[in-house]
Amino acid sequence: MTMLENIDWNLLKEIISCVFILSGVMFMLVATIGLLRLPDFYIRMSAITKGSTLGLGLILFGLGIYFNQPSMLLKVLAVITFTFITAPVAAHVIGRTAVQNKIPFWKHTNLNEFKKYLHREHLEEIVNYDKYEEKVLRKKKAAAREDNVE
Amino acid sequence: MISMVALSFCLLLTAVRFAIGPTLPDRITAFDLIVADVIGIIAIYTEFTGNEDYIDVAIILSLFGFLGSISFAYYLMKITK
Repeated sequence: MTMLENIDWNLLKEIISCVFILSGVMFMLVATIGLLRLPDFYIRMSAITKGSTLGLGLILFGLGIYFNQPSMLLKVLAVITFTFITAPVAAHVIGRTAVQNKIPFWKHTNLNEFKKYLHREHLEEIVNYDKYEEKVLRKKKAAAREDNVE
Repeated sequence: MISMVALSFCLLLTAVRFAIGPTLPDRITAFDLIVADVIGIIAIYTEFTGNEDYIDVAIILSLFGFLGSISFAYYLMKITK
């Protein structure tokens, strides 16, 4: 019993919440570095969706531990639930929009299972990144020619 | 304190991607991450000040961030069709 009385519960609470918040911030930082460094829109989106969702959940959970009140915990859980539901939905909608808008894939991505869908939707050109670059170049040339005509 | 600095650094890096992002969906996802960062900053600020009212701001911001990205994607889809 004397062991339990010697523990400083406030300090323990602060340390636990600090660990949660720092790990959450680390996940956030990893997600941001991924957003900057990864080569392709789809890979970037997957990185930041997972990383930022987990990081935000950990930060808010640490906050709930720090305040140590039921009302605060309820609000924090509301935010966490909302983020966990909406982040994948938003990522899915944006990803589908990107596919429809013919955003190119990275050249090393394995698209074997995805080819049938692309063929059905007449979106094959996005598979080939070189072709996409060629198309952009051609557009630029056409614009330059128009400028010359004027 | 360290976490506040780290989150601000995250915000800066995200702004860089927002500026150089080659396509429009890139910018939308960068906007998503900016909203997440701001929610984290508000949470840590709540812990600094000890004022519980600020967490309501985080609730509303998470709601509006989702709405913003969804509507961006929706209108992007509408423009191309």
